[in-house]
Amino acid sequence: MNQPTIEVLHGRHNHLIDPALHIWGWEIPVYLFLGGVVAGLLILSAALELVRGRKDASLPMRTAPFVALVLLSLGMVALFLDLEHKLYTFRFYLAFEPTSPMSWGSWILVLVYPVAFLLGMGSVPQETRVRLIGYPPFQKLKVSSWLMCVFGRADSLRRPLLWASVVSGAALGIYTGILLGALSARPQWDTAILGPLFLTSGLSTGAAFLLLLPLDDGERHKLVRWDLLAIGAELLLIAIMLIGFAAGDRAGQIALTNLTTGNWGGAFWVLVVLLGLGVPLVMDLLEVRRRLAPVFLAPLFVLIGGLSLRFIMLASGQASSFRMIQ
Amino acid sequence: MSKKTEPRYAMVVDTKLCVACKACVLACKSENDVPDGFCRDWLVEETRGVFPDLRAENRSERCNHCAHPPCVHACPTGASHVNEGGTVLVTHHKCTGCKACIGACPYDSRFVHPDGYVDKCTFCLHRVQRGKEPACVEVCPTFCLHFGDLNDPDSEVSKLLRTRKHKVLHPETGCEPNVYFLEGGPR
Amino acid sequence: MSGLTRRQFIQIGGAAAGTAAVGAGLTTNWFGADPDVVHDPGTEGDRVVPTFCELCFWKCGVLAHVKDGRVTKLTGNPAHPLSRGRLCPRGTGGIGLLYDPDRLKKPLIRKSKGGDQVFREVEWDAALDHVAENLLKIKDKYGPEAMALYSHGYGGSWFKHLLKAYGSGNIAAPSYAQCRGPREVGFQLTFGSGVGSPETTDMEHSRVITLIGSHLGENMHNTQVQDLARALDRGAELVVVDPRFSIAAGKARYWLPIKPGTDIALLLAWMHVIVNEGLYDHDYLARYAVGLDKLKESLKDRTPEWAFARTTIPPETIVETARFIAGAGPASLVHPGRHVTWYGDDTQRSRAIALLNALLGAWGRKGGFTLPSKVDLPSYPYTKYAHKPKAPPDMPKDTLYPLADSTLASGLCMASIPGTAAYDIKGWIVYGTNLIQSLPAPEQTMKAIQSLDFMVAVDVLPAEICGFADVVLPESTYLERCDEVHTPPYKEPFVAVRQPVVDPLYDSKPGWWIARELAHRIGLNDYFPWKDSVEYAMHRVKAGGFDCDELRLSGVALGKPTPVYIEDGLDPAFDTPSGKIELYSDTLEQAGFDPVPQYEPPEEPPPGQFRLLFGRSPAHTFGRTTNNRFLSEVVDGNEVWLNARVATEMGLKDGTNVVLINQDGVRSEPVPLKATQRIRPDCVYMVHGYGHDAKGLKFAKGRGASDSRLVTRYKVDPIMGGTGMNVNFVRVERWAS
Repeated sequence: MNQPTIEVLHGRHNHLIDPALHIWGWEIPVYLFLGGVVAGLLILSAALELVRGRKDASLPMRTAPFVALVLLSLGMVALFLDLEHKLYTFRFYLAFEPTSPMSWGSWILVLVYPVAFLLGMGSVPQETRVRLIGYPPFQKLKVSSWLMCVFGRADSLRRPLLWASVVSGAALGIYTGILLGALSARPQWDTAILGPLFLTSGLSTGAAFLLLLPLDDGERHKLVRWDLLAIGAELLLIAIMLIGFAAGDRAGQIALTNLTTGNWGGAFWVLVVLLGLGVPLVMDLLEVRRRLAPVFLAPLFVLIGGLSLRFIMLASGQASSFRMIQ
Repeated sequence: MSKKTEPRYAMVVDTKLCVACKACVLACKSENDVPDGFCRDWLVEETRGVFPDLRAENRSERCNHCAHPPCVHACPTGASHVNEGGTVLVTHHKCTGCKACIGACPYDSRFVHPDGYVDKCTFCLHRVQRGKEPACVEVCPTFCLHFGDLNDPDSEVSKLLRTRKHKVLHPETGCEPNVYFLEGGPR
Repeated sequence: MSGLTRRQFIQIGGAAAGTAAVGAGLTTNWFGADPDVVHDPGTEGDRVVPTFCELCFWKCGVLAHVKDGRVTKLTGNPAHPLSRGRLCPRGTGGIGLLYDPDRLKKPLIRKSKGGDQVFREVEWDAALDHVAENLLKIKDKYGPEAMALYSHGYGGSWFKHLLKAYGSGNIAAPSYAQCRGPREVGFQLTFGSGVGSPETTDMEHSRVITLIGSHLGENMHNTQVQDLARALDRGAELVVVDPRFSIAAGKARYWLPIKPGTDIALLLAWMHVIVNEGLYDHDYLARYAVGLDKLKESLKDRTPEWAFARTTIPPETIVETARFIAGAGPASLVHPGRHVTWYGDDTQRSRAIALLNALLGAWGRKGGFTLPSKVDLPSYPYTKYAHKPKAPPDMPKDTLYPLADSTLASGLCMASIPGTAAYDIKGWIVYGTNLIQSLPAPEQTMKAIQSLDFMVAVDVLPAEICGFADVVLPESTYLERCDEVHTPPYKEPFVAVRQPVVDPLYDSKPGWWIARELAHRIGLNDYFPWKDSVEYAMHRVKAGGFDCDELRLSGVALGKPTPVYIEDGLDPAFDTPSGKIELYSDTLEQAGFDPVPQYEPPEEPPPGQFRLLFGRSPAHTFGRTTNNRFLSEVVDGNEVWLNARVATEMGLKDGTNVVLINQDGVRSEPVPLKATQRIRPDCVYMVHGYGHDAKGLKFAKGRGASDSRLVTRYKVDPIMGGTGMNVNFVRVERWAS
């Protein structure tokens, strides 16, 4: 009955900080999720062409880079909404801080935009190009000559662009994880796995996003197999992360408990592991073995799982603190 | 003439003397015009044990001005920086309020000022540069706060750390805090 | 103002402000074009005005920084002996009082309006005329002595002077019979003088400090806490006797969680051990004391075993601590406490503490008690008071508290209920004291008020008491006025001045002006010949031989130091009948009391009830600062401490809202429970001053619970009339919203 106790009176009640950190709301997980999807789209669409050669792709595949730009912009709007001093956003681009993932991220975004744009331009079919260049207002405004130049560059640099797309996509995907992973002050985030985990999650959510669209059979065939690999890798990374926490010190224990049996345990197991990874894994396997016709369910689950992963990691990370270690 | 070494500012808090009165918190608030609802320094009162066998420790805590400040490393714009004597500061007009530094601080020492920048203890560097002590140190009615230069072996803080048993908070973070807590008894 | 800056100069690094520091990326500074900034919050004043504090009654020297006409911050005056450049939380928090949006802004007069009574804002002339008219009316009808003044605060001196000129001596403060009175009487009976305020304790040099229920550190008197910290830093040890694990207990070598109300038993047993083992200061007592044999005789049976059964402190602990305390004498101080009106036996408990100090040889010794002197300033010449006022009716009919040496605030309140005392009080001036919270049994206070012909309240904030007044006069805060000069007895005698820092806000007026204006209206002009309070103060300062200009610049001037210890050649005088320390008091015996304190068992709380104890928060002074929003940044409510095991047994969790119901069925406001290991299972504890219900206190209203409301019962000290208030028992119930 008389267990030794500790009473702590904490005389600080700072907004967003106490009693537990809650500096970030929905904006950041949404941004991280969209960033992941964009990374997946860029890598997958480029990789598909690298593997299959430049042949006629389906409309969704051809427009994927532009869709990626839209999603990325939505993500950046979310990020912008989170900033406390929006007028100073330009400050991101007056500095490069090599130790700050967020600084890397803002510069990676600068890289992703032209790459995705040029990648998308290179995929525009000939008849569309002709129509665009011939559009009278464009001709008047000298947009047409610019477009011709862009199309020319996009074609001549196609192969380097494909590789740039894979590399910048990978950088973006990893960065979304490192963004949290570098904040080792939060036991939940104090793991190097977050980078690769968010990248693989980005790949599978990117694939899932594409699989929801009308692809041709060849594309679908490849994407499902890659998706399978990504999901498998993700499960493996999650396992390694949990084992890492379990093998860790008090901070690791806090992180482990948080995700497995604590406040976020239920959501993590059901939404992320089971629904977001387990079920799609089985369904993908069945599809690969031709036991199951392609359905929308699996990709939808993957997307829900990917979004949940971001929300759960963000919330549980903010709630985990060295303060919990007395 | 030998070049003077760069100072390394530190604070030493004598938990044996602190009565958790919070004079330091209010002195800081009025000196630095800290907005309502926020504080840059705060009190932690810990009691361990079971009645009547109890032990207590009172700590006036604040930013640790770490030698390896993860907040500075996390800052994408260079607003968070290391200033004179290792003091970790935020340049208001460079701060976007992205809060990465807050997430990076294991001690939760930072907060978002209502004006949109991230705010924190400055060791009252604006006072120190005029030869004054930080406001919390100056006001403390128990003399439990000491401020000075650890690179000066004759400074009060250096002497205290040489002679008294002390600790830093959560050394496992590896940040190497520059706020030290003296415990009862000699080293 | 180089004299006002600090002692220790911190070396500034070679480079100037804004050094591009190591580690920060060069790109972010653009090679110096966009440098890092050390922001200056800009709170340093254009003007710095030295004055002294009024957030509590310690009167520390502060420096008020004024920028663009606003007080930006208050810091400790390094030259002032009571602050030594440092302040308690409240000292810094004066700005929260000055800029409190709930301040009284205009004079108010009670009016009838359609059957309801309301306050109407009036101009000063109308308000003062109305007060003057009533003062004259009461004088005509009942005589001047029917008017009473309750005063708590340094600005009260003007009103005391007014009332004496008017012809009444009925002036009281709750700081006597509701606070320090028994201590003063207990020490006077023993040493011939009290300990005063600031206390003459010399903790700074003590080797062992014993606190009996005193929670220094939470009870935050700046210099005392500084001295305590200095002592601890030098290695002094604490013995803390407290049912609660106070902050001080957390620093103690010995914490004795005594059963509430049994302190005398412990003190007697300690003295028993010290006397039996011959641990007392033989030479000191032989030279300065009388009655040792009689004391020894009466302590014969007061063994540690006897005390154990009463206090629950194990006998071996009593013996060990007695030896420990005695071992450090004479630099062993048994602190007399400050708020000591607990159980009605308080004078005798204080006397037991005094006796223990005498045995240790601590009175007049370094590390014990100093025998200080004060700076004597001639008074400002004014007309002598016309006649000697009638003796106060502050004791019920046929009752005498023979050794009361100051007027009882609670007694004057009782005398306002017709027929209870020698004569009736018919009018009150209430200056700066919220009698609803500061007197016990608030219902009784309200009943007394109903019988008055007239009542005027002079205050800064609309405390509960103002709601009962016929006229409310808004006084300026201490930062807006000049008051009487402060020259207390202290080991470093000094003169300190309070001076206006900024002009009065709103339509508030300083106390000296209000008192003088009233005097003029009732024909007492001659008593207020000064131009204003500054002229008054400077006249006295100059007459005392001090340089006015210098004093106004520094806020304080030191007097000539005199020896304060016997060790330094001081020859102590004891103002007792025997001229010596009275270990056995004939005075008490002749008055029918125990000449040596005896133990009376306290009433036990009935099953399921707890003794209600209350105390202080370092950030607040009773209820008078709980509306201070700045101070509330660190403490904004109270909670009820209950032993954690008991709470678990009762199914109550830490943080749950509970109500307390006392033995008379009075319920408290809902208040959070603090389930803690830090208190005995037989009592509950709360910080005094919360639970305001005055609407005008917009911030404080509804915060926390009021202990005063639950103090419906009090036990009067038969020796001096103090009201022991720790005699109430409460049940703790979960609050059903």
